[in-house]
Amino acid sequence: MNSTTEAVPALPDADRVPAHAGGRIPGLGKGKPAKAKRSKPRTQAKQSFRSRLRRDKQMLLMMVPGIVFLLLFFYIPILGNVIAFQDYQPFLGIGDSLWVGWQNFVDLFANPDFLQAFWNTLYLAAWQLVFLFPVPLVLALIVDSLISMRIRRVFQSIAYLPHFLSWVLVIALFQQMLGGAGFINNTLRQFGMDPIPFMTNPDTFPVLVVVQMIWKDAGWAMIIFLAALASIDASLYEAAAADGAGRWRRMWHITLPGLRPVIVLLLILRIGDILSVGFEQFILQRDAVGAGAAEVLDTFTYYTGVVGGGWSSGAAAGLAKGVVSALLIYAANKLAHRFGEDGIFAKKVG
Amino acid sequence: MAITLSPEKLPLGRKPKARKPKELSYNPKRPVWKERPSPLYQTIKTLVLVLFGASIIVPILLVVSTSLADKDQLAKAGGFVLWPERPTLEAYQTIFNGPMVLNSLGVSAFVTIVGTILALFVTITMAYATSRPVLFGRPVVLAVLFTLLFAPGLIPSFLMIKQLGLLDSLWSLILPGIFGAFNFVVMRSFFMNIPQELIESARIDGASDWTILWRIVIPLSKAVIAVVGLFYAVGFWNSFFNALLYINDHSKWPIQLLLRNFVVQGSGAADGLGISSVPPSQSIQMAVVVVALVPILMVYPFLQKHFTKGVLTGAVKG
Repeated sequence: MNSTTEAVPALPDADRVPAHAGGRIPGLGKGKPAKAKRSKPRTQAKQSFRSRLRRDKQMLLMMVPGIVFLLLFFYIPILGNVIAFQDYQPFLGIGDSLWVGWQNFVDLFANPDFLQAFWNTLYLAAWQLVFLFPVPLVLALIVDSLISMRIRRVFQSIAYLPHFLSWVLVIALFQQMLGGAGFINNTLRQFGMDPIPFMTNPDTFPVLVVVQMIWKDAGWAMIIFLAALASIDASLYEAAAADGAGRWRRMWHITLPGLRPVIVLLLILRIGDILSVGFEQFILQRDAVGAGAAEVLDTFTYYTGVVGGGWSSGAAAGLAKGVVSALLIYAANKLAHRFGEDGIFAKKVG
Repeated sequence: MAITLSPEKLPLGRKPKARKPKELSYNPKRPVWKERPSPLYQTIKTLVLVLFGASIIVPILLVVSTSLADKDQLAKAGGFVLWPERPTLEAYQTIFNGPMVLNSLGVSAFVTIVGTILALFVTITMAYATSRPVLFGRPVVLAVLFTLLFAPGLIPSFLMIKQLGLLDSLWSLILPGIFGAFNFVVMRSFFMNIPQELIESARIDGASDWTILWRIVIPLSKAVIAVVGLFYAVGFWNSFFNALLYINDHSKWPIQLLLRNFVVQGSGAADGLGISSVPPSQSIQMAVVVVALVPILMVYPFLQKHFTKGVLTGAVKG
C-alpha cells in the first residue's frame, strides 16, 4: 500500500494557487493590468468582462459539454419535479396536464403502502447507522495495529475487492451461499438439518441488508479511516506511553480525537444519504422478501411511477425524499459547526 | 511503480508547496514503547481479519470452482464444489453457444468503452476549464458540487430520457453516466496542482488553451486519468438499474441485467439463454456469474494500484 500512497498532497484551494490575475501575466497580451482597473471602475469592469470573455473563450468552450450534461440530466429533470404538483398524463405532457396543488402529497400520506415504505426506510436507515457505520472504523483500527506489512497489504487487497462488484453480482453471490439452494443450506440438508431461509425471511431482512453492505463496502470505507490514522502524530503515542498510558487510554485520548473530524464528516454524509438506504440492493431482493419488508422510498417511487404509471405520485414520493434529504444534510452540517467541526461545506465550497 | 500521482515527479523540478503527508504504511518494527498485545486481543484480531477475508474469498472461489466442475463431481457434492477435480469448460461452451450471453457481453463492452471515452472527455475538459480562475469558473464548479447534495429524482430522469427518445437505446445507458461530480473533483484537484509555470511558459510561447490541455496537462496527468477512467469503466460495466429502467428489448440487455433475470430471479436459465442441451443448471448459472465477474477481477490490480489516492484526493477536497 505504501508505494501508492506516498504522496497524497494536501491540496491547495482554488483561490490560493494562482495568485496572478486570471492566469495571465499582467502587462502581457490581452490581460488588463490591475492598476488600470482601479482608476476607472465602471467602464473598466465592463471592458474587463468583455476582454475576459475573449481571453477565456476556449476555456468556456471546454465547459460546454459538461454544462450541457448538467442541464440535460440534472437541472432540467429537477424542474421536471413540478409534475409532483400535477395530474401528469404522458400524452398531455407537462404543459397541458392539470395542476392539482398538494393533492398528490395528501394522497401519499393517506396511502398505507407509502407509509409502510417510509417506515421501512427509517427502520433500515437506523439499522445501518447503528450497525454499519462503526464496522469500517473497527476494521481500520485493527488493520492499523498490524505490524506486518505483508498481512496488511494482503488483507487490504481482499477487503477492497467487493466494492467494485455490482450489486447484482453481490446478491447473486449471496444467493449461491445463503439462498434456499445455496451452499450453506445444501450442506445443512446433507447433514439432515432444516434449511434456514436467510434470504427470504422478512423478519431478519435488516440483518441481511446490513451484512451485505458490510461485505461490499466496509473494507472500502476503511481507506479513509486508515488515512486519518496515519496522519496522527506518532510522537503523541510515544509521549503518552512514556507517561504510562496503556493501549486503551491511548486509543481514547489520542486516536479517537484524531479521527473526530473524519467521523463527523462521514456521519454528515451518511445522514444526508440516510433515506437512500440502497436502491439496487432492495429492488433485487424485493421479490424474494416481499414488499412488506423490502419496500423503501426509492423502490416505491419506481414501482408506483415507472411500473404502475402513477407518474405524479411517484414523482411526489421522490421529491419528498429529496427535499427531506437536503434538509437533513443541511441540519447535520449546522450541527457539526455547532460542535466546532468543519463539516462538508466549511466556510466556502470549492 | 512506474507512474505516480505525485507532483514531485513532474519534469520541472519545482518543489511542491504541499507538505509530503505521512505514509499510510507502518513502521515494520514495533516501536519500543508499544507493549505486545495480549493473547486474547491478538486472537480476536486474527479471527476478525480471517473471517472477513474468508467471507469474501470463499464465495468467489466457490462460484468459480462450481462453474468449472464436471457433472459427476457436482452430483456427488450436491451442487457446490470448492475445488474442481477435473475442470471442464462445458458450462462456458454452453452459455456461449446461445446468443444471449455473447450479445449482452457485447452490449456491456460497447457501453463501457464508449461511455468511458465520452466520460473522460467531458470530465477532463470540464475539470481543466475550471481548474484556473476563468470567467464563470466558480459558478460552474458550484453547479457541479450541488449535484452531490441533491438528486433530480427517478421519475423526472426517466421522463427526460423518454423525452430525448432514448428509451430502448444503448445511449440511455451511456449518456446519464458520462459525468460524475466526484471524478470531476478528483481530476480538478489534480489539475490545480500542476505547476502554473508550465502553463504560463506555454502561453507565452503562444499556445492556445486547447494546446496546453492536450500537450501539457494531459501528458502530466496520465495516472489520474487512468484512475478516473477505470472508475468510470467499472461504473458502466456494473450499472444495472439504468438498463432495468430504459431497456425492454432483450437483445440490448447488458450482462448485469441478464445476470439479474437469470440468476438472481432464477427464471428458466436454459430457455432464456437459447440453450438446448442442459448440463447442471448450477454450473451454468455460475458461469454467467463468472463472466460478469472476470472483467472486474482483471482490472482490479490496476485499480488497486491507484485508487487509494483518488479517493483520498476527493476526500481532502470534500
